[in-house]
This record gives sequence, structure tokens and C-alpha cells, in this order.
Amino acid sequence: MSAPTTPAATATGDPTRRTAVDLAAAIAAGETSAVEVTRAHLDRIEAVDEAVHAFLHVDGERALASAAEVDRRRADGEPLGPLAGVPLALKDVLTYAGAPTTCGSKILEGWRPPYNATVTQRLLDAGIVILGKTNLDEFAMGSSTENSAYGPTHNPWDLDRIPGGSGGGSAAALAAFEAPLAIGTDTGGSIRQPAAVTGTVGVKPTYGGTSRYGLVALASSLDQPGPCARSVLDTALLHAVIAGHDPRDSTSIDAPVPDVVAAARSGDVAGLRVGVVRELGGEGYAPGVEQRFRESVDLLAAAGAEIVEVSCPHFRYALPAYYLILPSEASSNLAKFDAMRFGLRVGDDGVASAEQVMAATREAGFGAEVKRRIILGTYALSSGYYDAYYGQAQKVRTLVIRDFENAFAAADVLVSPTTPTTAFRLGERVDDPLAMYANDLCTIPSNLAGNASASFPVGLSPDDGLPVGLQVIAPPLADDRLYRVGAALERALGEQWGGPLLDRIPEPTARPSVEVQA
Amino acid sequence: MALSPDDVAALAQLARIDLTPEELAHLAPQLDDILASVQQVSEVAAADIPPTSHPLPLTNVFRTDEVRPGLDREAALAGAPAAEDDRFRVPRILGEAQ
Repeated sequence: MSAPTTPAATATGDPTRRTAVDLAAAIAAGETSAVEVTRAHLDRIEAVDEAVHAFLHVDGERALASAAEVDRRRADGEPLGPLAGVPLALKDVLTYAGAPTTCGSKILEGWRPPYNATVTQRLLDAGIVILGKTNLDEFAMGSSTENSAYGPTHNPWDLDRIPGGSGGGSAAALAAFEAPLAIGTDTGGSIRQPAAVTGTVGVKPTYGGTSRYGLVALASSLDQPGPCARSVLDTALLHAVIAGHDPRDSTSIDAPVPDVVAAARSGDVAGLRVGVVRELGGEGYAPGVEQRFRESVDLLAAAGAEIVEVSCPHFRYALPAYYLILPSEASSNLAKFDAMRFGLRVGDDGVASAEQVMAATREAGFGAEVKRRIILGTYALSSGYYDAYYGQAQKVRTLVIRDFENAFAAADVLVSPTTPTTAFRLGERVDDPLAMYANDLCTIPSNLAGNASASFPVGLSPDDGLPVGLQVIAPPLADDRLYRVGAALERALGEQWGGPLLDRIPEPTARPSVEVQA
Repeated sequence: MALSPDDVAALAQLARIDLTPEELAHLAPQLDDILASVQQVSEVAAADIPPTSHPLPLTNVFRTDEVRPGLDREAALAGAPAAEDDRFRVPRILGEAQ
């Protein structure tokens, strides 16, 4: 196996085509400046985001000021972090003090949080330049960004297709070269599924590995912020910046962060036992997705990994359990949007009661999917149904965790396709909740168990020419194994392709031919 | 079990969402489909399986009880729909005057 090489695309002069690690090195060496790099990305956003709609809010002035601060620190000889001066797209579900934080919802339109999320604070401390906030399904509920109250994001590979969700904006920003780094959050696949359908890398760290402080909660026992980028090493470097114990999050793990950067640099899978999950394939999986998946497993075997098959019989119940647990937690978490302390208030005419104002505001401020899930959660938690629904779902969660424990006795990591199909068309599943939910079949088990999980690009489907993702799952606190496998795949596939997959993406300059829901 | 629009209206009232009649009619059959699907969880979960509410076996995370600076009043009220006398102003919370 050859030594790690710099992908061909990073050698070009256009800063938006370079990797984050390469940009940071060039800034540190004085070959370019953070301001120059930031300006190039702002120009790129200006040129393509009308077609892609990855961003809900861009603050060029603030980004350039952060970049100038990095350049000043460099000029003063102050030590800089490994990603200092590199621009980033932040999912609009994490607070960034003073910047609009909408969560893709009308109920938070115009709200500017008075504090930074821990993830945001760590980005700023690392000298990373936040370009703006990216689009998402409202309150991260969805798999296509079509549930955003501000219109959908378009997949840069094909503007008529979904970019995945809920973090479609962050993934699309990477694929359209609007930012080399992005932050997502993953409750049931919202980092990994968008990564898969856009040909980018996305990692859901071990639950508790990154802080949820300042992340507007969807389902607290499932939510986890994570790094997204176009290369495995960039993703690992970003992971290292945001991960680690945070006393402000009571579910944050007080343990050392696995050395993800060393794992990404190594890519050594010799002797690693890779378990193919029998239940995550077959009926319902697109032939082109399965083909690319099998080829990638063969590449891992060629790189020295030991391939085994594992069975997780309860994974088929993970999806139904998730769609009870998530709405239950969400209906409780979203009770805070009560029109009293922040956000929208409707119908306060001096006569209506607080309760009436609350109900009118939530009717006006929430979209269809959010209402659907709140009602579902309210039902699942109501007395008389609690045992049959939420209680049973919690038992299924135990069974899924046991399946993982058994599988990890036979394998060091597990692999599967990230999604059963490639990106579907905008509008195709908007009013068919069950078809939409089926997207997350492969990604949900990891959220229920709280382990580490990632999606890596493994080529374009021969069926439709759209990106396919491979999911890698590692036991809790073994996040480094994800990067080991990802780097091995990236290296082997890059040699096959003669460069990164995204070199082949078309320019997203054409206007989308269909407009789907306002 | 089939959920009627009236059942959904009762749930919406508990959830404090003033759904329109059209939404109630649209949501009822959708929720029925979803509930029929998620009902599969009852097939496997036996009595001897303990429930899992959370992936981390954490209990009682404490920090030292010390005074720290918090948000000042202005910042805390900056996002309020209405404020008065350094406080959140809310609609009336008591019942109709008799």
C-alpha cells in the first residue's frame, strides 16, 4: 500500500477546491491568508448558492473579521491550531451568538441566541472561520431538507434531487465547494445519509463524545453533533477540534478522545475484522448501491482486512422503535416553543389566554412534519398507550444494543450501505412519511445504541450516476476505527479513480428545473 | 385501532397546537399508517427485557455548587416576544373573569 498522498485536486490554485488541511498549511506558511481563503469561499457561495440553497444565513463581514483575526495572530507569531483560518458551514440547529438560529422553522425566525454552543465555541477557539448557517429539515426532522420552512436544498450532483437530511445544507455546501468543512447533527442519520447522497464524508461520534450544549434538542438520547468534510483526514481534524468532555452537557463522556487524526493518517486495516451486517441489504436496496458496497468490501479485504458476516436480527425493529422514541422525546423537547420567552408569538390581542396564544403560535410556527411527530409522540406517551408503544420501543432498544454487542464480539467494525438507495427526486416522498422514514433504515441502529458511525463515499451508482455511501460502525469510544477504514477506502478508491470522487461533480450553475414547496 | 379526526384533535389540544379541520382530516389516516407500522415493536419485546432509555449508563452527574456569571437581563430578554419592566410579558394566565 502506498503512503498517504495529497489528492490531485488540492494542488490546484482555487482555494475552494483544496482540502482543509492543505488550506491551513498554506495559511500557516504565509502562502495565502485566511482572509483570501474566506473571500474565495464567500465568492463561491455568491456564485452557486442561489441554485443549491445550502445556506440560510451568510455573514461575510463577520467571517472576514474572524479570518483577519487569524491572520493577525499568525503575523504576531501566536500558535495556531491545525485548522486555523479554514472556513466552515454550521448547521442552523447549533447556536452561534448573535447569528440567526432558525432550526429551519418559522417559530424561531429572527431569533438570535445570546450564547455559543460548546461546538461553536471550540470552532472559534480553533480559529475556524464560520461562514454561515446551513439549511435543514425543520428541527432536524426529515431526510431531504424538504421540511425546511425556508425551502429545500438542492443536491449539487443533480439539482432536481434531495441532498439528504436533515443536514442537507451542510453536505451540499461541501459538495458544491462552498466550504471545506461543515458541522452536522445526527439523530437517526442526519449526518451520514446526507454525506452518502452527496459523495462527502460524515461522522456521528460516539454518543457523549461531542457536546450537545447549545444544540437545539430534537431527541436528547439520540442527538449527536459531528464533523463533515470532503476528505477523511479533514473530517478527523475537525472531529478532534469539537470532541471531548464538556461539563455543560450532563451526558458528555469524561474520557480521552480516541486518536482519530492518527487513524485517518494511517488507514491501516491489516488484520481488522470487518463485519458485513446480513440484515442491511437485499430487498429494497438498489442494485447499484449494493454493487458499490460489495466492491468496497473487496477493497478492504485486499488491503488486509478480515471480512466476516454478522447477524443483527433485531435491526428490523429499530426503525419502528425509533419512530416511537424520537417523537416521544421530540414532543417533550419542543414544548419549550411556547411563545413566552423567545421566538414567534401569534394572537396576543390582550384578550386571548396564554394557552390560546401558545396553541395559535405552534399552529402557525410549526410545519407539517413537526406537527405530525409531536402528535405521534403525545399519543405514544399518553396514559393507556405508554407501555404498548414507548415502553416496548425502549425494550427493542435493549435488543438492538445486544445485537451490536454480539456483532462486535466477532468483528472490530461493522459495514453496510449508508442508505438503501441514492438520492431521490425532490417532491417524491414529501407526503409519504413511511417511505421517507425508510431512508434511515441503516443509520438508526447506531443512534439507538449510541455507538460511533460514519459514511464514506464509495463511488457513483451504475444505475443513475449518483453517489453511494458506505457506513462503518464502531463500538462506543472506538471512533478511531471509523477513520482507519475510511482512510483505507479513500486511498484505494482514489487510486482507482485518479482523484477524489467530487472531481466529477457537475457545476451547479443551472437553475433548478422544479421548485418544490415554498 | 383507527384514529379519528376527533382523536387527533384531542391529542393536538394536549400538545397545544391549534390544528385546522383540514389538518386533522389529513393527519388522522397518516398517523394510523405510522402507528400500524410501529406496532411491530410489540412482536419482540418480552417482559424479561429491561428497557433502555439512554445509551450511556450515567447516573447523577454533579458539578460543584459555585456562583458563576449568567446572562445579563438585557441579553436574556433580547429574544422575548414581549418584555416589560425587565421581565417577560406574557398573555393572561388565569381563566376568564367571572
